[in-house]
Amino acid sequence: MLEKLNEIKLKAQEELKNVKTVNDLVSLRVKYLGKKGELTSVLRGMGKLSPEERPRVGQAANEVRELIESILEERNNQLKEEALHQSLKKETIDITLPGQNILLGHKHPITTVIDQIKEIFLGMGYTIAEGPEIELDYYNFEALNLPPDHPARDMQDSFYISDEVLLRTHTSPVQVRVMEKTVPHYPVKIICPGKVYRRDDDATHSPMFHQVEGLVIDKNLSMSDLKGTLRTFARQMFGEDRQIRLRPSYFPFTEPSAEVDISCMMCGGEGCRVCSHTGWLEILGAGMVHPRVLEMSGYNPEEVNGFAFGMGVERITMLKYGIDDLRLLFENDLRFLAQF
Amino acid sequence: MKVSYKWLKQYVDIDISPKELADKLTMAGIAVEHVEYLGQGIKGVVVGEVLEVKPHPQADKLVVCQVDLGRETVQIVTGAENVKAKHRIPVAPVGAELPGGMKLRKARLRGLDSFGMMCSAEELGIDEALVDPESRNGILILDPDSPIGEDIKSLLNLDDAILEFELTPNRSDCLSVINIAREIGAILKKPVKLPEIVFQETDEPVENLAFVEVWDQDLCNRYVARVVKNVKLKPSPQWMQHYLRSAGIRPINNVVDISNFVMLEMGQPLHTFDYDTLAEHKIIVRRAAEGEKMFTLDGQERTFSRDVLLICDGEKPVAVAGVMGGLDTEVTDKTCNILIESARFHPVSVRRTSKLLGLRSESSLRFEKGIDVFNTLEAVHRAAQLMADLAEGEIARGVIDVVGAVPEPTVITLREKKVNEILGTSLTISQINGIMEDLRFPTEIGRDEIKVTVPTYRQDISREIDLIEEVARLNGYDQIPVTLPHGVTTEGKRTRYQKLEDLIKKCLVGAGFMEVINYSFISPKDFDKINLPEDSALRNVIAIKNPLSDEQSVMRTTLVPGLLETASRNTNRRNPNFAFFEWGKIFLPREDKLPQEPMMLGGVISGKMERGWNQEAQVLDFFYLKGVLEVIFHRLGIKNWSLKAESFPGFLHPGRAGNIFLGDIYVGFIGEIHPSVQEKYHLENRTYIFQVYLHQIMEAAEEVFKYQPIPKYPAVERDMALLVKESIPAENITQTIWENGENILTGVTLFDVYKGTQIPEGYKSLAYALTFQSKEKTLTDDEVTAVFQKINESLSEKFGVELR
Repeated sequence: MLEKLNEIKLKAQEELKNVKTVNDLVSLRVKYLGKKGELTSVLRGMGKLSPEERPRVGQAANEVRELIESILEERNNQLKEEALHQSLKKETIDITLPGQNILLGHKHPITTVIDQIKEIFLGMGYTIAEGPEIELDYYNFEALNLPPDHPARDMQDSFYISDEVLLRTHTSPVQVRVMEKTVPHYPVKIICPGKVYRRDDDATHSPMFHQVEGLVIDKNLSMSDLKGTLRTFARQMFGEDRQIRLRPSYFPFTEPSAEVDISCMMCGGEGCRVCSHTGWLEILGAGMVHPRVLEMSGYNPEEVNGFAFGMGVERITMLKYGIDDLRLLFENDLRFLAQF
Repeated sequence: MKVSYKWLKQYVDIDISPKELADKLTMAGIAVEHVEYLGQGIKGVVVGEVLEVKPHPQADKLVVCQVDLGRETVQIVTGAENVKAKHRIPVAPVGAELPGGMKLRKARLRGLDSFGMMCSAEELGIDEALVDPESRNGILILDPDSPIGEDIKSLLNLDDAILEFELTPNRSDCLSVINIAREIGAILKKPVKLPEIVFQETDEPVENLAFVEVWDQDLCNRYVARVVKNVKLKPSPQWMQHYLRSAGIRPINNVVDISNFVMLEMGQPLHTFDYDTLAEHKIIVRRAAEGEKMFTLDGQERTFSRDVLLICDGEKPVAVAGVMGGLDTEVTDKTCNILIESARFHPVSVRRTSKLLGLRSESSLRFEKGIDVFNTLEAVHRAAQLMADLAEGEIARGVIDVVGAVPEPTVITLREKKVNEILGTSLTISQINGIMEDLRFPTEIGRDEIKVTVPTYRQDISREIDLIEEVARLNGYDQIPVTLPHGVTTEGKRTRYQKLEDLIKKCLVGAGFMEVINYSFISPKDFDKINLPEDSALRNVIAIKNPLSDEQSVMRTTLVPGLLETASRNTNRRNPNFAFFEWGKIFLPREDKLPQEPMMLGGVISGKMERGWNQEAQVLDFFYLKGVLEVIFHRLGIKNWSLKAESFPGFLHPGRAGNIFLGDIYVGFIGEIHPSVQEKYHLENRTYIFQVYLHQIMEAAEEVFKYQPIPKYPAVERDMALLVKESIPAENITQTIWENGENILTGVTLFDVYKGTQIPEGYKSLAYALTFQSKEKTLTDDEVTAVFQKINESLSEKFGVELR
């Protein structure tokens, strides 16, 4: 019987080696290990054996069965893997085909830049204030230390609705409205983004444009704080290695006043076409709130100081994205908007 | 204001280059816009005298000149027409260089050799408008006494540089070369040498020669006059011509030039009258009579109102005060006696008059900004001195000086503490005092404060902060430290509306919309273009009094024209597929000085989104737009909104539009653009638009919500296909389904709407997927069927609906 077992073992090994499909594997299992299988019939004949032989043959038969089973298992796994491999091969896709169109829109670049400016100042503890676009002469000029016939009114050609009412020429009147509402309390810490209007229309001027104004009123506030605030802003907006430079200037509602330049981010200050070879780019105007403006809004300039700054969003947008034509910002051409 | 660098050197010992000087001035607040170096690239150009001019034998348009250059005589062939024998002219001989890298070589013109070139003003970099008319469009004719052979650069001061200032409105004192020199003195810490004014007077007292009356002293608080007799009119000397030209003023003759020179030098505009033309030798300063007329220097007859201040003689007006002289009393070739006026007119009056007459001059510019009343006397003396020196004039003894109210000198207390508080610096009192001394401001220094007397030429300084600014700019803005505010901590936060704005914009961007920004002003014709009826409330607009054009003359009362304009422009540019939104205000008049400015959201879509290789293009139609609104309302937690198909503005398709309501409140509209409007805007495809009032929507938003637990028990889905009369709105069916859902209906999705062959005429098929689910248990088939039946029954009862 042992011989028979050995024969079965060798035959099974041979047959299993050549098996090609899972189906063939199943029939081989039946052939050897099934109820009428070869090994089973051998085991059935065990009864005829002597009690001494029985354990030996039994052990050998079990060994043969385990061997066959393990080979079956192994082949089964091999075949499955092969089959999987085959099917994966068939499922190959061209991964260079373009992806599905995911339809995302875009904010206008002006909005995006205003949002960035808001983020920076929100992070410094500012709130965002808003005000009317059609404004009283009082808020647009007088309360900002620009009485009628002040020569500086020439700096801003205005659109008038009536003698008393005009389209605001800057976002500064929002300052005054906020101060009037807050006085006598402080600190005040606001930025006011919005549309402004001037009677100018050419390659570098649009009759409607956007500004962001900032105002801080507090005790012990100084021009050095203004400098630090603007440097923080410039670095977050234009890059950590930006330098800022303040040049004396004049605005009726601030004193001392400054034009603020940042070192050119195109050339790093070496001088290039963008910065007209000066190494500096003018980005905003700023200054200490004029005591007269504080007084008119009801604050005591002996008690508090203020600083204010204002920037043209179009200019910043153009610098940031290298846009060389202002008009693109108001033409709303899809091919332009889709880039932001 | 443009000033010659050499001129400035007359008053201060400047030991730095023009460029360095410009930078220092700019950083001290006197901004220099540009430095122009004259004569750049010019080398070897000399003065020559034309000895002879002969026609060219072979060319009609050329002449052959023999020119004496001092060391040699050369032959030059030229096409210039204004050259005559004896003329002295600039010559670039062979070997000389001209701007632009041009080097002169011997040339042969129609068979004759030419050994150089005669130069025009332009070729030497001089503005043609600033030279004598005889030299324009031809060779520059020099003064007959120009030394032959002399280098042109030194003769015409082309080795100079011009500083072009861009002055801020507060620093109009720097419309004076001397005052700029004072700034330079303060910056460089150097003394300023003022011109020494000395002259001889005749025995004839001015009081016997002329008479001045000021009737309206409120508009003229000082009028100073001198009389100079027997002046000889001739060209002024080269240096004066050069200084005037540097400032952009054309030299005319010595008398006119002197008055311009003194204006530039001292900032005091002067006027020179031909003394003999003044009736009764009298000057009367008074307001015009209504309708009074006069011919001004430019030959125009002007009519005045009461607001205009006139200078009159014994009979008639002779000048518009501070703005322009009259024709009759102008200095001419025949003039020999002069009356010099040096006055201070009221800034606002001059400003209004010059605006009214549309006349702006160097003189009105200065009066408008307000000049130093104490400078008038100095200026008239200076002019008299120059008239004696340069025009051989004889100065009558004394000066007429009619003075009204003049301001007291300003004394300001400057506190050390305040300086450092405002600037964030730690300057000592002596450092601060040092800066005042550099400015030549008289001071009286105390323990912790300084009393500063402000010179009258600095009218911009009236309070302490103005002096603090002086300290800041002269000490240098770069010396101010960099710190951050250290007050109490403040919350940086958005308001509720600002947060909702972000949320809504995110929804729109997520849905493929691009934001546009249109102008807030539109044309009144736009209302016709969008079919608004004549009586539409939207035609009640805020109009701009001084618009740039009719196209931009009224404030918008709706976003529609702007959105359609944008749609149209993009269609024109072959972008017919788009989804745009705009976030902006409209302006509605009301019983108040200021209008209402509601913030609106609008959008316009048309065409299709881009298609892909494996996806159909998303069609941008009414339901896409409605879907976007649904998403927004959903995100805002607004449930009580509805669309009502009722009356619309004329720009919408009557069968494809709806008004949007929150409860009973109208908040906007959505719909297809009326075909006639679509045509007027040249839109290729059907176009859809919406506009909503943001205020009402944000008010209604409920951002706070509680989560719903995820169900534990399985859901059962049943489909339901209904045959419905076409006239019944789908929403009514949906609503009835919900009403009969018995707490176990959790979802109703309309997944198909069908009209066609299998459906009877006048009916539509609506297919719904209903979801049933309980929070307490697994639903049995019977339970679901019971509710499903109930829904069916009420639908057929209410609408006569059949199950398909």
